[in-house]
Amino acid sequence: MATIVTAIIRPHSLDTVKDALKAAGVTGITITEAKGFGRQGGHTETYRGSEYTVEFLPKIKLEAIVPDDDAASVAQTIADAARTGNIGDGKIWTLPVGSLLRIRTGELGDEAV
Amino acid sequence: MRFKMLLGGGLVAAVLLLGALPALAQEGDTTVDVTVVEAELVERFTGTAADIAQTVILDNIFIFIAGVLVFFMQAGFALLAVGLTRAKNSANMMMKSLMDAALGVLVFGLVGWGLAYPGFVGGWFGFAGWGVPGLMDRLPDLSALGPDFYPLSVSTDFFFQAAFAATAATIVAGAVAERTKFVSYLIYTVLITGLIYPVVVSWKWGGGWLDERGFVDFAGSGLVHLTGGIAALMGAIILGPRIGKFGADGKPRAIPAHSIPLALTGVMILFIGFFGFNPGSALKADMSVPVIAVLTLFAACAGATGALISSWVLLKKPDVSMAGNGLLAGLVSICAVVDTVDVVPALIIGFVAGIVVVPAALLLERAFKVDDPVGAVAVHAVSGFWGLIAAGLFTIDEGLFEGGGTELLVTQVLGALAIIAWVAVTTGILFGGMKAIGILRVSPAEELEGLDLSEHGAPGYSDDVLAGMGEELLVSTKG
Repeated sequence: MATIVTAIIRPHSLDTVKDALKAAGVTGITITEAKGFGRQGGHTETYRGSEYTVEFLPKIKLEAIVPDDDAASVAQTIADAARTGNIGDGKIWTLPVGSLLRIRTGELGDEAV
Repeated sequence: MRFKMLLGGGLVAAVLLLGALPALAQEGDTTVDVTVVEAELVERFTGTAADIAQTVILDNIFIFIAGVLVFFMQAGFALLAVGLTRAKNSANMMMKSLMDAALGVLVFGLVGWGLAYPGFVGGWFGFAGWGVPGLMDRLPDLSALGPDFYPLSVSTDFFFQAAFAATAATIVAGAVAERTKFVSYLIYTVLITGLIYPVVVSWKWGGGWLDERGFVDFAGSGLVHLTGGIAALMGAIILGPRIGKFGADGKPRAIPAHSIPLALTGVMILFIGFFGFNPGSALKADMSVPVIAVLTLFAACAGATGALISSWVLLKKPDVSMAGNGLLAGLVSICAVVDTVDVVPALIIGFVAGIVVVPAALLLERAFKVDDPVGAVAVHAVSGFWGLIAAGLFTIDEGLFEGGGTELLVTQVLGALAIIAWVAVTTGILFGGMKAIGILRVSPAEELEGLDLSEHGAPGYSDDVLAGMGEELLVSTKG
């Protein structure tokens, strides 16, 4: 049936990733502004002479529901578009979708992708 | 004669024409004696009744507009304080800024005015009575008509001075932000606008002992800013720091601003407001006004530049809010002497204030462990003090560096110390008393939750992303 591809990417990579996904024929994505830490950790900022650590860095969480057969190539497309080679580029994972329903039409399963 | 007619038309017309005089003289069809024009400009209340009436009206309307600009500073102080603190206290911060002006004006009118202008000569403390006598009189006191005539009606005077009282009161709001109970802030407002500030004003502007000694404080580096700054310092000390400001090791921790754009907009509004504060303090619309405005401008710019440099050197980065503090430090420091100072000293006064404001703010926090979220003490107390000392150094003909010896400088130091002592003792009793009976500070739980909810019941910013999009789902009909 369908697979959900979830990616955590840098906020400034979003435009490139979105364009690449559209070019690859993905019909819809959902994004969420997210915060977190990984190997990159936080960073320090200075305010009125006092340093402080920002532990959670802003990221974009991107989700796309695609046919099972396309999942690997969509993940690869995201990875290619989001890669800078520096620490903090993010991660991509996939999960099988249990059920799918398009609200407007009531279509179910593959038809709703 | 063409020129005479225009002069009758008002001071502004005469002033404009002054610029055109050489051209007129060259044309040869009108002879104008420049010394006569000069005399008319200096001796402002001469000529026909119409001439005098025009001058009086111009003076009153100008001071009214200057007063509007000073009231606009309330918006500047509010935005500066709300921007440099956290979003969870934003409604409380704005409410304090609103009410210190609203309540402050009423209290200043009820009792402050009589204390500030008791009608004494050389006194320390006097009271002319409740309210503002003569407030409804449309005309100034015409009995003293002559070259030294005081042209402002009581209502013009009160409007302008009430704006200053509100300014002195609101300086404290930022320093005591994010932890002071709303009710104790209201009590403080009543005391500073009803007693503490008016008594200081009476010493100089009310004709009291400092005025008799020749103390210089043109627009209020000392009377307004040092007064507000010392009250801010006492409040911040007695309240203690915000939860989390100092780590277990005693080192200060950053509690970052929630909106630098709001804070810097506030600084820029204050910048504009000071062009009412300083030029308006001439209390007349004469040709000193543009000069005062330019010297105010220079001191402000030099102050921002000074803080830019010292923050860059001391903090490794050009700190945004420190540069804002620097601009204000320049403005505060030049108030005292802006009517009797030269260009270069004005630049020096502002620049030094800007340089000093950064280490002053850091020292207060690091060495004395005082938590002043917006830098009010460094800006108003330190720069206000410096402004008074600078007047002793740079006042034309009277300052130490202007060939006047040490007499004025000694008077300035004396005045500054007297203001510090009076304000420190009275606000010390005030804040200490409120602390003793347990109404000064909110509980730790309330402080962590934010004063918006605990004090006012609703946040400054609704954080629900659906607000305005699905109200029928969000608004409960409880009660």
